[in-house]
Amino acid sequence: VLPLLSHCSLTMIAVQMKSHCEYDLSASTFSPDGRVFQVEYAMKAVENSSTAIGIRCKDGVVFGVEKLILSKLYEQGSNKRIFNIDRHVGMAVAGLLADARSLSEVSREEASNFRSNYGHDIPLKHLADRVAMYVHAYTLYSAVRPFGCSFILGSYDEDDGPQLYMVDPSGISYGYWGCAIGKAKQAAKTEIEKLQVGVNILYIHIDIYIVHDEVKDKAFELELSWVGEVTKGRHELVPKDIKEEAEKYAKESLEEEDDSDEDNM
Amino acid sequence: MDGITYQCLGLLQLKTTILAVKFNGGVIIGSDSRASMGESYVSSKTINKLIQVHDRIFCCIAGSLADAQAVTKMAKFQLSFHSIQMESPPLVKAAASIMRELCYNNKEELQAGFITAGWDRKKGPQIYVVSLGGMLLSQPFTIGGSGSTYIYGYVDAKFKPDMSLEEAIQFSTNALALAMGRDNVSGGVVHLVVITEAEVKHVVVPGNKLPKFHDE
Repeated sequence: VLPLLSHCSLTMIAVQMKSHCEYDLSASTFSPDGRVFQVEYAMKAVENSSTAIGIRCKDGVVFGVEKLILSKLYEQGSNKRIFNIDRHVGMAVAGLLADARSLSEVSREEASNFRSNYGHDIPLKHLADRVAMYVHAYTLYSAVRPFGCSFILGSYDEDDGPQLYMVDPSGISYGYWGCAIGKAKQAAKTEIEKLQVGVNILYIHIDIYIVHDEVKDKAFELELSWVGEVTKGRHELVPKDIKEEAEKYAKESLEEEDDSDEDNM
Repeated sequence: MDGITYQCLGLLQLKTTILAVKFNGGVIIGSDSRASMGESYVSSKTINKLIQVHDRIFCCIAGSLADAQAVTKMAKFQLSFHSIQMESPPLVKAAASIMRELCYNNKEELQAGFITAGWDRKKGPQIYVVSLGGMLLSQPFTIGGSGSTYIYGYVDAKFKPDMSLEEAIQFSTNALALAMGRDNVSGGVVHLVVITEAEVKHVVVPGNKLPKFHDE
């Protein structure tokens, strides 16, 4: 693909760094310093979205997603950002929601085909690798754009225990003990690092509330789901009563923190 | 070509006796060693019907020998690829499911049934029957082939769950010997494979060392 000079002069005005010029128009082009800009721009799309957190506890995995409420007319519980991929696998997403929905369908088909061929639940690492391969394929060609979403996959199995993997728009998947994606991911990661291994869902609430305040958006709805020994290996939304109890605890802890100077975690 | 030879050029059948039995810590999978063409010609006295599809998973075959070899060859390839992708030894259920998919999707063309047995880390020793049309069933012990009809009574009466290795070997050898004694298309030697977590052991009981029963 030959660079178009007229286009280049326009982008030179709009873009701060001149090295972006000509090399960011398609995913099939490297920049001179070895970056694929389209993939990096896709990751920026994820950073614009509200936060999603996943924590791998000793007996299960918990997801929490901060859903910003942009309008009072939104129906509560619509536009879910946590999906069920298979009975035992959950997926929490951040980024372009339409891209994420399409990927959840891809993951579902992958898990379903595996079960059909091999007769048992798909191991999470294998699912994460397969979907990551799919995401990666979209970073190779100029005819398509990369997926603008990251997602966290979690599952629980009696033999393998809890598992947590994160896939980003470049198509890599990493296993984690705790991870966060979206706007406040740095702050969330700092909070998660303070946790000891083997905690439960109350702490997810506190994390989301802490990082939400820092972002200073208005109202938000919290979506919480879990999979673990307590749900017998099935991925489900956290029951209402437990969720409310955790929310109450989180709000109270935050008020305590605001009052006192030291960090009470 | 005379009439008999023409008939024999048809399917090379494994009218046979095969069995698998779970014992405490492993499975034994066993078969006779006769291959026949038509009703009266023994084309092989020493055929091996116990095919290894992975380190701790074996299949025994009944029906058309060609079909059975084709299916097990394909299953072995798919299983090996699957196991490398998973970075761990495959589940016995996965092996049986692969065979089932092959049998079910090609049921018009194929005429072969299998017993898949083995050991895996998750569920230990297991036995699965994959029948002609593609049914998959898990059982603590199972018998198959034309010779099996003569020993249903014996295995039903003598099987006990959680047998020791010696008891299980005796059980299998007796069952196969009785079947081979009455079924004209089963015979030769008894092939047994003992599969446990630690190892896979091949035991051959030649015809003259088989247990003798009153009918002889």
